Amino acid sequence: MPSTIRVRATSNGDTTEVQALIQHPMDSGFVKDAGGAIIPPHFIQQVTFEHDGKNVFVADWGAAVSKDPYLKFSFKGGNKGDDLKISWLDNKGATDNTTAKIQ
Amino acid sequence: MTANPRTFILPVASALLIATATQVPAAGSEADFKTAYAMAEAANSQAGALRNQWTATAAALAAAKKAADNGDFDQAVAASREAEALARASIFQATSEKTLWKNLEIR
Amino acid sequence: MRPAIHLAPAVVALTILALAAPTSVALHAAAAAETVDPVADATAFRNYFTGKFPGLKLEDFVNGPYSMNADMRRQWQEIEQFPPYEFSLEMGKEMFAKPFKNGKGYADCLPNRGIGIRQNYPYFDGNEGKVVTLELALNRCREANGEAPFSYVKDEMAALTAYMAFTSRGKPFDIKIPDDPRALAAYQNGKRYFYTRRGQLNFSCASCHVQEPGERIRAEILAPALGILNAMPIYRSEWGGMGTVSRRFTTCNIQTRGVPLDPQDDDYRDLEYYLSYVSNGLPISGPGARP
Repeated sequence: MPSTIRVRATSNGDTTEVQALIQHPMDSGFVKDAGGAIIPPHFIQQVTFEHDGKNVFVADWGAAVSKDPYLKFSFKGGNKGDDLKISWLDNKGATDNTTAKIQ
Repeated sequence: MTANPRTFILPVASALLIATATQVPAAGSEADFKTAYAMAEAANSQAGALRNQWTATAAALAAAKKAADNGDFDQAVAASREAEALARASIFQATSEKTLWKNLEIR
Repeated sequence: MRPAIHLAPAVVALTILALAAPTSVALHAAAAAETVDPVADATAFRNYFTGKFPGLKLEDFVNGPYSMNADMRRQWQEIEQFPPYEFSLEMGKEMFAKPFKNGKGYADCLPNRGIGIRQNYPYFDGNEGKVVTLELALNRCREANGEAPFSYVKDEMAALTAYMAFTSRGKPFDIKIPDDPRALAAYQNGKRYFYTRRGQLNFSCASCHVQEPGERIRAEILAPALGILNAMPIYRSEWGGMGTVSRRFTTCNIQTRGVPLDPQDDDYRDLEYYLSYVSNGLPISGPGARP
């Protein structure tokens, strides 16, 4: 099953810029379907970016984040060829993770 | 080459409507509702034949039906009349737009 | 913007108005046997928009609101590095390649095996006497090969047309109007639809996209009509997903409080024909992303 995470990380030697697009419905639990029933909440609660054994970015998300979230951040360090591991956990206990090489 | 400004037909129409709406009592029996609703539906069908129905008309018809189902025929008649008025406005819009659309055309 | 029609609980007074002859002055009262000149229309259309936005290059118009507002443009360029339509595009690519149950595929129905052809749609089909859009052609291909058609307003059709647009990126719209009175009539009908006011809010497509491009309607910046289909299908943040041309036409109708026609209704096909023709020469930029 293809990964839900698209990631691109580029390093300029000093700083690494990371962009990620995650496929997830991010249902808030406040929206009703066509029949009038509430679509139950189903959203990512935590996203973690790990480099060289350390968490370089951790996000605690809630119902306010939109579907298919996109995020972008930078961190000091990281060299071309290094691994960057991304993982997420949602409120139903589902997870996904992927590892990308810093370019 | 400019788009020509639209004339004020429909705003005038609505102003006149509001001004001349007489206070016909909306009190009704089930029979009154059925008549009013049928008239509204007929007008809306006409609008449908012109391919120009409004969602507001559909909403008013639904409200009328709901009120009738609850036994509130006063409200049902009032909503039916509003639906008919909306339907007639949509017919007016479709007929006048047959020629008036050219006023907006870029030339 | 012209006012909406607000009606108090009403009476027969309305019928009086309905019967009264419209007193408007049709300043360019159309002669009954008016000649249709699409070439002149397209030139006038283009000149209107380039005159209104002299700082823009012709190809910039395909970017809709992003060419109208610098801040939005900056955000859009960032997002385009990792565009939200990527998932749909990948799905479309897979769908396009996957054979039907009978072993055939979309490539067997379409010119050039279906690659790099989006800019030629819609076209006027002389045999059928009607306009054929890309969405319609794709569903006909499916049905001809024993597959159920897709909904015109949902994700599958959006994904498929996203891939097909992608293979045509950069190619200029090349819509043809053959020397056939029915084609001219279809073109003219599309034009009529575009400029006709509809719905309780009394807007025509032109009300927003000709008279007010670059201005706001509530929180949205309006796109110019020139090049407005070049980015289709689009991932719309408002929808939280991908949408086809059919979806956009039907939702626009609903937004002006008009009951929409069926997707791929003759009027919508003709509308797409008109809008694509007047944008001839502008590059396909789809699939796109919009607020």
